[in-house]
Amino acid sequence: MATEVSIHCENLTKTYGSVTALAGISFKVSKGEIFGFIGPDGAGKTSLFRILATLLLPDNGTASVEGLDVVNDYKKLRHLLGYMPGRFSLYQDLSVAENLQFFAGIFKADINENYYLIRDIYEQIAPFARRRAGKLSGGMKQKLALCCALIHKPVVLILDEPTTGVDAISRQEFWEMLIRLKQEHITILVATPYMDEAVLCDRVALIQHGEIMAIDTPENITRAYPYQLFRIKSSNTLNTIRLMKEFEGILSAEMFGDTVHVSAEKGRINANAIIKYLSEKGMKVTAVSEADPGIEDCFIHLMKRSGVVSNKIKTP
Amino acid sequence: MSSNGLVIEAENMVKRFGRFVANDNLTFSVSKGEIFGFLGANGAGKTTAIRILCGLSRPTSGKIRVAGYDVYTETEKIKRRIGYMSQRFSLYEDLTVIENFRFFGGIYGLKRAVIMERAQDMLSRLGIKHFENTVISELPLGIRQKLAFSVSILHTPELVFLDEPTGGVDPITRRQFWEMIHEAAASGITVFVTTHYMDEAEYCNRVSIMVDGKIEALDTPEKLKTKYQAQNMNEVFLKLARKTN
Repeated sequence: MATEVSIHCENLTKTYGSVTALAGISFKVSKGEIFGFIGPDGAGKTSLFRILATLLLPDNGTASVEGLDVVNDYKKLRHLLGYMPGRFSLYQDLSVAENLQFFAGIFKADINENYYLIRDIYEQIAPFARRRAGKLSGGMKQKLALCCALIHKPVVLILDEPTTGVDAISRQEFWEMLIRLKQEHITILVATPYMDEAVLCDRVALIQHGEIMAIDTPENITRAYPYQLFRIKSSNTLNTIRLMKEFEGILSAEMFGDTVHVSAEKGRINANAIIKYLSEKGMKVTAVSEADPGIEDCFIHLMKRSGVVSNKIKTP
Repeated sequence: MSSNGLVIEAENMVKRFGRFVANDNLTFSVSKGEIFGFLGANGAGKTTAIRILCGLSRPTSGKIRVAGYDVYTETEKIKRRIGYMSQRFSLYEDLTVIENFRFFGGIYGLKRAVIMERAQDMLSRLGIKHFENTVISELPLGIRQKLAFSVSILHTPELVFLDEPTGGVDPITRRQFWEMIHEAAASGITVFVTTHYMDEAEYCNRVSIMVDGKIEALDTPEKLKTKYQAQNMNEVFLKLARKTN
């Protein structure tokens, strides 16, 4: 089955003074996909999403959503988009129900007709329908914002960090809602700084300093990790890192939870050699095993490869 | 610190706001040099507890000592012996790196020579001596957060509170940041940290999980995972905190 393109960007750039927010970004998103932009603050996610939401003009390049150009066709396009900005942007002094009515009114949408789309989500906040939006908890605010972005039945949803600062339970619930919405064939573009949310997307783009470092399914991204990864559990994590940094053939040694993650060229070293070396240095090693790389390991590898070192200054 | 090696001792800590019980009989202790993860859903009562432990809010009842001092009567002594770093506000953006060190060092009454010596040491360990005279707003977020942590322990507090210190930073910085936390703990500073990244709970020596004002679980990450038959701390958290939702 041929996949239809929902979002198409070609060489998008955006600068603010001397700061480059987007350094030439190109990608395509298929209809009905959950597509994640994964990257830390300042990576360029918000600039990109604002351009796609027709709220910001790119310096160069083109972007179209559902065949409509984000600059020339913005009026038509806005009817097709549901946009949830990173900062809570509903009316704090309107109630939950009033916010929903307001957004439905703007789009001349019929709440009853489209209610099926938001039912699962809205029912969770319905007990607080008369409460002012500003008085809701973080997780409930996000649920209301999602309802307001959905009530006009958009074809494409653009969600800028919907789970940032929200606790792990609300994050989980939010993703369950997105996965249900996928069944309605809504294309979902979502930005997140949480690397562990990547696996919930159909495809992801890893973005840093305005550039896409990798774009693929989460499985393919972790499969493409070029090194071997070892997990070392020992009595003293800090000393293990220090010692492993001097180990012949090591590329990196980093703290990872209560273990140390060590990377090396494939086949260069093995677990027994690590145990022997650390034991000779007087370390008590509990376990050394090969570890499967996660999205975060891949992200770190790609950052280093592209020369993005965090000790660099933003502007020269 | 008190003689028993405990930096935080809380016994039946209660805080009520009217009828609402924000902290419902919390009993726990934190040892010197420990990295203690303080987890909980939004609204579980974490901020209320931290404000009490920092000497900023008076508990309704309970016996609570921080750094060996009483939270009812010796709050000023507590404040001198703790450090605090928040996610949002950490450093003055329009001051330079060294000016921030001087400002915060000055607040804690450190002598100028001591501030300069410690600042130089911290900057060279971070490998960013060349940023000494750079204005904070020109630095990337990752460096700012590492600096903010350094500033929060400039006065060598017994205990430092870190409130979601790694929100939004890149993953390299996040791992480096946890290495800094472990170094600080190894030097004897107790670390009390909150985070929404459940994988970060694995970096802590012990973790408490608050649900609806109560501590539902408190143990090492490893023991919690075994007890709740979970692969990782995220599962532990969801199992505990979802029961009540």
